[in-house]
Amino acid sequence: MDRTDYTSRAPAAALAAGTKAPDFALNTTPDQAVSVSDFSGRPVVLVFYPADWSPVCGDQLALYNELLPEFHRFNAALMGISVDGVWCHLAYARDRKLKFPLLADFEPKGSVAREYGVYRHREGVTERALFVIDSGGTIRWSYVSPIGVNPGADGILQALEALPAKEKAACPDKHPQPG
Amino acid sequence: MPRQAPTARLTVPVTAADHVLGPPAAPVTLVEYGDFECPFCGQAHGVVRALREQLGRQLRFVFRHFPLTTVHPHAQHAAEAAEAAGAEGKFWEMHDVLFEHQDALEDSDLVRYAAALGLDQTRFILELAGHVHAARVRADFLGGVRSGVNGTPTFFINGWRHDGPFDFDTLLEAIEDEIAAVAGRR
Repeated sequence: MDRTDYTSRAPAAALAAGTKAPDFALNTTPDQAVSVSDFSGRPVVLVFYPADWSPVCGDQLALYNELLPEFHRFNAALMGISVDGVWCHLAYARDRKLKFPLLADFEPKGSVAREYGVYRHREGVTERALFVIDSGGTIRWSYVSPIGVNPGADGILQALEALPAKEKAACPDKHPQPG
Repeated sequence: MPRQAPTARLTVPVTAADHVLGPPAAPVTLVEYGDFECPFCGQAHGVVRALREQLGRQLRFVFRHFPLTTVHPHAQHAAEAAEAAGAEGKFWEMHDVLFEHQDALEDSDLVRYAAALGLDQTRFILELAGHVHAARVRADFLGGVRSGVNGTPTFFINGWRHDGPFDFDTLLEAIEDEIAAVAGRR
């Protein structure tokens, strides 16, 4: 049995407000990876959830799907993360008509969840955890919900509202046209 | 039950703009955030009716919309249909019909129900097609989100979110506890 101690460098609890958000590159489709730094200049909402298809997750992600226009008002990017693989994510997103990316923290399993301090070693899944990261890549709010409880969205919206006004401005044009 | 998070409090007070059944002076106000296509809300509909019969003038009931449209594709139009009926004074009649016909919520069904309730069909169709009431439904939804509604049905008893099961006995006990608490404070 693999006795590797993956936990030695991992934080014991969810990374708190004020911490630099660990960057990562995770696949959202078989040939497309996404990282926090891709969204530099925009707030990011990271939603760790235990598994595709489980009932509470479904309700939670359906709620966030419904709220995408509100997140966009804050210029925020929303991403779900679980240890499921990309094909599972694709099937799940299609079935539930989710319009935001689901990232596969699949190999090495849960490595990003470990870095954020939200991996459940006993079950081999992530906590049900929320992170709001500002445009400079610093965590501004984090919350770990009891695993069976849908945390809703009010905490996320409050955290986005609490960001400085410049965070919520329209996305800066990184590729201005010459002239 | 422990009242824990500040998020578990109803942030949008009940006003004249709400759909309300029961006397304003009732010691307990039960607010439901619901979705006409949600089967659990369908179950809760019968529970609420039984609670109102049991508690009479001690209970005021408020219904607010919380359609989860990506999982319930008919829920948004159904909510708008209830509002369109409400614009002609028949919100609760339509509310009841929708919950009693959750498996038939196509637009043609909605128009049929409007006709059966004696609504002005032309007006109803125009309001539905023009999404005249969409903003009201969305406002209910967003207010619910800010109050910590995370799925349907979600109930608030005198402004506190009810986190237990929503069967008749559990809700009755929670409401009767609140009636007793209110009586104790008076």
